[in-house]
Amino acid sequence: MRSWTFFLSALGVGLVFFLAALGLGNDYVFFAGYVVLQYIVLATAWNILGGYCGYVNFGTAAFFALGAYSSVALHKLGANVNRYASGFLADILHLILPLSLPSLVIVGGIVSGIVGLGMGYLTLRLRGVFFAIATLAMAVVLQTLMINWDFVGGSRGAYVIRPNSISAGPVTLSYIEYLFLVMLVLAVVALTVARLIERSRLGIGFSTIRDDEMAAEAAGVPTLRLKLIATMISGAFMGMAGAPLPYYLGYIEPSSAFGLPYAVNSIAMPMIGGTTSWVGPLIGAILLGSLQQIATVTISSAVNLLIVGVLLVAFVIIAPAGIVGLVESWRRTRARAAS
Amino acid sequence: MSIDLLMNAIVAGLLLGGFYAAVTVGISISFGMLDVVNIAHPAFIILGSYIAYIVNTHFGIDPILIAVLALPAFYLLGAAVYQLYYWAFERRGQEALRGLAFFFGLLFITEVGLILVFGVDYRYVEAVYIGPTWRLGFLDFPLRMLVPCVVAVLLVVGLQLYLTHTFIGRAIMAVAQDQLALRLLAVDPIRIKRIAFGISIATASLAGALLIIIQPIEPSVGREYIGRVFAICVLGGMGSLPGTLIAAMLLGIVESFTATFYGPSWAPAVAFGFLLLTLAVRPAGILGR
Amino acid sequence: MSQAPLLEVKGVGKRFGGFVALEDIDLDVKEGERLGLIGPNGSGKSTLVNCVCGTLHNETGSVRFAGQALDGLPAHRRTHVGLARSFQLPRPFMSMRVVDNLRVPLLYTVRRRSLLISSQKELDDRCMELLRQVGLDAKAKRMPSDLTQVEMRKLELARAMAAEPKLLIADEAMAGLSHSEIEDIIALLLRLNAQGVTIIMIEHIMRAVMSFSQRLAVLVSGRKIADGAPADVVNNPEVVSAYLGQ
Repeated sequence: MRSWTFFLSALGVGLVFFLAALGLGNDYVFFAGYVVLQYIVLATAWNILGGYCGYVNFGTAAFFALGAYSSVALHKLGANVNRYASGFLADILHLILPLSLPSLVIVGGIVSGIVGLGMGYLTLRLRGVFFAIATLAMAVVLQTLMINWDFVGGSRGAYVIRPNSISAGPVTLSYIEYLFLVMLVLAVVALTVARLIERSRLGIGFSTIRDDEMAAEAAGVPTLRLKLIATMISGAFMGMAGAPLPYYLGYIEPSSAFGLPYAVNSIAMPMIGGTTSWVGPLIGAILLGSLQQIATVTISSAVNLLIVGVLLVAFVIIAPAGIVGLVESWRRTRARAAS
Repeated sequence: MSIDLLMNAIVAGLLLGGFYAAVTVGISISFGMLDVVNIAHPAFIILGSYIAYIVNTHFGIDPILIAVLALPAFYLLGAAVYQLYYWAFERRGQEALRGLAFFFGLLFITEVGLILVFGVDYRYVEAVYIGPTWRLGFLDFPLRMLVPCVVAVLLVVGLQLYLTHTFIGRAIMAVAQDQLALRLLAVDPIRIKRIAFGISIATASLAGALLIIIQPIEPSVGREYIGRVFAICVLGGMGSLPGTLIAAMLLGIVESFTATFYGPSWAPAVAFGFLLLTLAVRPAGILGR
Repeated sequence: MSQAPLLEVKGVGKRFGGFVALEDIDLDVKEGERLGLIGPNGSGKSTLVNCVCGTLHNETGSVRFAGQALDGLPAHRRTHVGLARSFQLPRPFMSMRVVDNLRVPLLYTVRRRSLLISSQKELDDRCMELLRQVGLDAKAKRMPSDLTQVEMRKLELARAMAAEPKLLIADEAMAGLSHSEIEDIIALLLRLNAQGVTIIMIEHIMRAVMSFSQRLAVLVSGRKIADGAPADVVNNPEVVSAYLGQ
């Protein structure tokens, strides 16, 4: 299937869900669905670097929060242009701000992508574990930065007032429906990009990095450049997924935006689904994401995070290739039995 | 700035650094010598803190004594974790991706498990040396910091003597470099690594007790130490205990200065700057070639 | 054709900690030449290959290739300019099928130079042709983990050949091969050489080296002790005592 065909069919499937949810007329479906979609983006983004290249990023929460905080910063700036700028600059800012949600998503992506590139540039020349450790530490530092940055609320957090609804021509959507729709499109874009990478020369290069960097270099693969590309794409999607968060929550503070659940889920979902193709993170995100949405209603959120942690450990030990791998080996066994 | 403020910042940094050495020494063994990237180490330390907390509040026993009594249990836990890690990842050559995810999962499970049992309230221990401060001229030596620092230095020195003066110790130092040579000496590298990993986790028991003496803890405190321990381990030259001690003191002083002159909320960022700088400029560490 | 050598190694030295792996190595290889590089285990042959190919960086000396200084160039750039090597211990891409292993140098090296291999079919044909040359065509769709050690060596060689190098360094490509397989590989390398590819063969199997090489260089303990016509080199008393005579 061509990428465009894939993109449009995936979008079609998503829209069917969207219309069905509209038909149900229950906002909770959108609130829960948004989270699952957000995890599809995060898991897919993580997998571009982790699954394809074999470089573990523990800092998903940092990239994600960076996207969220760039939205907050722009929101604050938009609300107080006259306090921070004057003259011509103020005129320009008045013209641009407030940015629409899709533009915020793009800004969040750019900010996180650049940070990813910088991180990668400093650590990717070394062994992979150093990159992993650096991302782990980066989350702590960015959190420290946000706690100390009063403009975006510091440790107290910041309120973001979201509109009740949004209209385009004859169509009027409630804001949560709109958020859901934006995240839906983002998820479809992320999956399309991941699938495109997998089938391209870039994807083959990524696999050689995961398998054996020395042999990859000897075959002519510019490994450092490819790793930087992967880190940038991966970081950018994480930032994009975070950009609408302040509008979804209405309130943002460092300890929730940098929450460990984002880091754990974005690793657990691809690992449980399977890391070698775009299908794995999708399956993992839908399964774990829905499970958690249902579990938070019935049991405490700590318990359901514990479940994710235990599932992650169990899968990496018992089924290293994830659900996709289990299905594949089951198919092979059946095919062998048939022949 | 006044000279006594400066001197006190240095003393506080050295005391803090001594404690950091105890927190890091386990990582220096597991990551530095065995090449096992145990990012869950801080979680084991927090576990040590909670054990000290429980026994201390129920029986009033000294937290350091509790940690010493718990050493064998932590050693066995470490040996078991390594055996599982070896069997599931190292043997298959999957330690890079899945092994890391495994330890990350352990870190997470421990943290969430502790939250479920103890909640997110801060817990602390009682001991005679928590509270009083020795004064030498204008220098302050809070016993709450001094005792952990002394214990930590004893721990590091003791381990260094063990590693350099016993057969098993030397085998541990050799295991990362030359597994083949060990086999020729009829030593099973896996057994050596299991012992070494057990020791590395055992140090977490002591480090945990020291941690809860220094500050009240809650389950997520461990995360703040991940950046620190790896920064120190790398800066110390990956697996050199003297290097670890020096690097820990250095970080302690820098953090103490940051806290004194810029405010404590910036301190966590220092370790990261340290780590990035080390990785970018001198990956072999201060004592490296 | 210019008289400047294709590969010029000048004063190359490399140490690991206190251990001197290479000391002041000079080595010229002319275009179209077949050079045999021999020496006992640990004499620095593979370290020299690694320094030439950019896998390791030499501390002293310089490497020039086709008139261009290679110093500081990362390994993949050296592959792009026409240096290819096989690894002594095979390092196949384990997650890719045998045939896909060969696509990597075709996509990342050959395609940079020309647009000759542009369609998917041409790519596949080229991979199959290379596999046929080393006798692995029957295993094209298998995974590297299904191959024997000997087959992995052949794959290693095929992957180096796939980069269409000017200079091919075959690092112990023949260890463990049977009599007739060695003959096949030598014939293959000779054919490549006849097409203009310069070849450095690192080998322990003296019969293979002697029948293949036009020139022989000997490394012992990180130093080059002899360089010349094979018949002269093997009769050189220093070589005999240091290497062959032991």
